[in-house]
Amino acid sequence: MAENEKTGKLLEVKDLHVSFFTPAGEVKAVGGISYDLNYGEVMGIVGESGSGKSVEAYSIIGLLQSPGKVIGGSITLEGEDVLAKSKEEMIALRGSKVAMIFQNPMTCLNPVYTIGNQLIEALKAHDKKVSKQEAAKRAMEMLELVGINNVQKRMKQYPHELSGGMRQRVMIAMGLICHPQLLIADEPTTALDVTIQAQILELMKDLQKKTHMGIIFITHNLGVVAEICDKVSVMYAGKMVEQGPVDDIFYKPGHPYTMGLLRSMPRVDAESYERLIPIEGTPVDMLNPPEGCPFAPRCEYAMKICLQKMPPYVELGDGHRSACWLRVQEQLQREKQGAAETKEVPEHE
Amino acid sequence: MSEKNDILVQVDHLTKYFPVKGMKGPGVQAVEDVSLFIKRGETLGLVGESGCGKTTLGRTILRLHEPTSGKIVYDGKPIYEHQYPFEAKTMSVKGADGAMHPETVLVKKPVPRPKSVDMLPYRRKMQIIFQDPSASLDPRMTVGEIIGEALDIHKLCSSKTERTERIKELLSMVGLNTEHANRYPHEFSGGQQQRVGIARALAVRPEFIVCDEPISALDVSIQSQVVNMLEDMQQDLGLTYLFIAHDLSVVRHISNRIGVMYLGTLVELAESYELNRNPIHPYTKTLLSAVPVPDPQVSRSRQRIVLEGDIPSPMNPPKGCRFHTRCPYATEKCKEAVPQLKEHAPGHWAACHLLG
Repeated sequence: MAENEKTGKLLEVKDLHVSFFTPAGEVKAVGGISYDLNYGEVMGIVGESGSGKSVEAYSIIGLLQSPGKVIGGSITLEGEDVLAKSKEEMIALRGSKVAMIFQNPMTCLNPVYTIGNQLIEALKAHDKKVSKQEAAKRAMEMLELVGINNVQKRMKQYPHELSGGMRQRVMIAMGLICHPQLLIADEPTTALDVTIQAQILELMKDLQKKTHMGIIFITHNLGVVAEICDKVSVMYAGKMVEQGPVDDIFYKPGHPYTMGLLRSMPRVDAESYERLIPIEGTPVDMLNPPEGCPFAPRCEYAMKICLQKMPPYVELGDGHRSACWLRVQEQLQREKQGAAETKEVPEHE
Repeated sequence: MSEKNDILVQVDHLTKYFPVKGMKGPGVQAVEDVSLFIKRGETLGLVGESGCGKTTLGRTILRLHEPTSGKIVYDGKPIYEHQYPFEAKTMSVKGADGAMHPETVLVKKPVPRPKSVDMLPYRRKMQIIFQDPSASLDPRMTVGEIIGEALDIHKLCSSKTERTERIKELLSMVGLNTEHANRYPHEFSGGQQQRVGIARALAVRPEFIVCDEPISALDVSIQSQVVNMLEDMQQDLGLTYLFIAHDLSVVRHISNRIGVMYLGTLVELAESYELNRNPIHPYTKTLLSAVPVPDPQVSRSRQRIVLEGDIPSPMNPPKGCRFHTRCPYATEKCKEAVPQLKEHAPGHWAACHLLG
């Protein structure tokens, strides 16, 4: 897998808009999201259910189902425009360059085929020339790589004969069998127990180092994000409210929603009792989203402008940006001060 | 243990087996020989992985599942008592190699039937909040009817106006609008549905509530709202909770004491901060180290114990200590003898041979 040692931009998403046209009206599930991902980088997408984090990932891999539709923006994978591809080209792309693992491994594996059968099928779908023996050999290698023992026996077993953690390992093996450049993991550990979750996270970290692929890790668990991600995007009601390196997000959060999320979580290593500080209110009704910043109705710092206009992004540091009027205000003040200072004391030292 | 009148619920050697069709012996051994007590006004947390029997234990204490054996005492009065109806016998069993091997199997033995207790007066005192709020509320009843049903069964309201007033009071207690009484469950969000579930449980003015994963189906930003509300209710109404969850950080936050379960047995029980700072059972240690901490620097620096393998089947649990198949420190003794829950420090109980 040495040929995978590439650097630079793997995926670029620009101003992506996805809408669902339901009988009740248009739901803007994703409203203008931009980010890029380098080779060998793990990006976490955090958000509540309904914040659009899965929809966004589904549009990258072309699995968006009707009535969902990408209505604007661009997705560029290794220099190629994903949205311009035909159906056939997308089928070739899925599984070979981009792979996805899902939350519930039981519903993603076919119950009437053996594990071995399904792994070989995944490989043969993209490599028609590979012989059956060769494919079986590769499948077994993959299973070993994801830490499954007794591979010969496992190949002949059906999904129901495996435990939840084992099934998720099989899903990962299936995703990685064609050596994808990009792996999208949609809540891969949410259905698992903590001790099994720890196993899967260790495995993913290990595989990521070995294969140098880019990973998009979708989750609502900030603990998991801290564990595995290099950078984080925080989503709220289809908007990306904050984005930045993992340390910045956790230690210098710039958006009230991120701050609220961090404050509302009890920590297992807390030394004494502290009352939780919840985010008041309820998540946004996506059929009637509020005007302006979607978080404003629940935000304790909300100002008049927050209810009227969506804030622009403000750079807070290297790759760290946040969409909040408070930060805009701070920036304007800083600029004013900076301008005043340079005028009054030119070259003081 | 501690003073008698302090204890609201006491459970001694409680066992719950679910018989399996077409299988001889006890079937699924969901809860095995659990003894614990819950003091008045405290919150006892129960944690463990899925399938460890924590929900079964909670429901068995309420007698929503009929226990197999053991004793449950509520406020000094026994509400269930039954002898263990199985005995271990050595029989020759056909092994994997086809030859006959001597093996100990549990065989049913005749025991006297348990004395029946009328549970209705206790149902008023013991309530439960379920995990999935949408599944636990009848979709064809309005919220007012759901809450009112409990009032009717226990004949708590003498007049119709009193009943309506009480329903309104309960709804405002859990932070819902009083007009919501005429709505159906599907008209609410998950967090609001859970509030209805809590109002329903509180309708009969209970003393003891089993909270069975009340927040795990909710969104992160809603979870803390419900946790805070449960804490306020406890303060205001003097409730006692048995709080069941798989999320250790939430359990640690809300509980005074925590019990850790593994495959049907209670392996450790201690004050919540003591358990967190000083876990002594190997399983508790791994469980604590497996919980992801929302702090990148901490999670980079800490050492994690990753367990090998999966949780064994409770249909055929390992002999001896049930954790020995995954325990990194297991010895020969662990495979043979069942460790007993012993007090290793004041209030800190654990069941492990290594601790002596």
